[in-house]
Amino acid sequence: MRLTINGEIKDNILARSLKELLDELGIISGRVAVEVNGQVIKKSDYEGFRLNDGDIVEIVSFVGGG
Amino acid sequence: MEDKLIIKGIEFNSRLWVGTGKYKDFEETARAIEVSGADVVTVAVRRVNITDRKSENLLDFIDPKKYKILPNTAGCYTVEDALRYSRLAREAGVSDMIKLEVIGDEKTLFPDVIGLLEATAILAKEGFIVFPYTNDDPIMARRLADAGAAAVMPLAAPIGSGLGIRNPCNLKIILETINLPIIVDAGVGTASDVAIAMELGCDAVLLNTAIAGAKDPIAMAEAMKYGVLAGRLAYRAGRIPRKLYATASSPIEGML
Repeated sequence: MRLTINGEIKDNILARSLKELLDELGIISGRVAVEVNGQVIKKSDYEGFRLNDGDIVEIVSFVGGG
Repeated sequence: MEDKLIIKGIEFNSRLWVGTGKYKDFEETARAIEVSGADVVTVAVRRVNITDRKSENLLDFIDPKKYKILPNTAGCYTVEDALRYSRLAREAGVSDMIKLEVIGDEKTLFPDVIGLLEATAILAKEGFIVFPYTNDDPIMARRLADAGAAAVMPLAAPIGSGLGIRNPCNLKIILETINLPIIVDAGVGTASDVAIAMELGCDAVLLNTAIAGAKDPIAMAEAMKYGVLAGRLAYRAGRIPRKLYATASSPIEGML
């Protein structure tokens, strides 16, 4: 499956759900927020959230700022 | 004497709020914040590095159980972006607090108050605890209060400028007319600036660059801690009125 993740096109993604995607990328879900095609996804929905070819995924977390 | 800042039922242990940007590394960030005594710590929301997963995470150094994490919408120039970042921040974090910035201009980083007002109203309706970064205009402060802001955060001077309290008179009018906590945000340069803000009666001060950009950030963090405490105590003590001529402190009686 092909996804655009944080602006980068990623081919050969094996994950089918959002939870699997975070696991595949090695990201701990507790400290991030995820948007798929412009929609913020609740943490409790990660497991059941199905990804589709061509989805645009944004994964953000906190960085230093004022 | 108990003198705690309470906003929307949240108790704050310090009236100094600090940012986490521009430090040399996360160790220095953590040290400075610890020494400052702050319990509110602002952060920005940015894309995760998906290629280098070994990079350290800010929250490994700033424990969200110990500090109140206040995400900002820095870098947002439209209402739409500010809403997007706010909603992401809420999902990434542990609270409904958001330091709302809708920036109007790159050079000054002054707020676009029209967008700010619109975003404040929308987010307040969505249950956010909104802390809008605004200019020192008393009328806009009132509008933000009416729109549902939890506190109003007027700037002292442009972000990162270190110019200090440029318009104490406007701040005083805001303090007199707005029945919400007033938190000076941005532009302070050193401990005396913070003390002045607190002496005016502001409820807290939020700063970042003044500590992170100092030659010795850890020492400046400590100075800021005492600046806030001294300013607040002086405000509560009630200063003497300013007058033009002298009044002797020593008695005339008993002189030779």
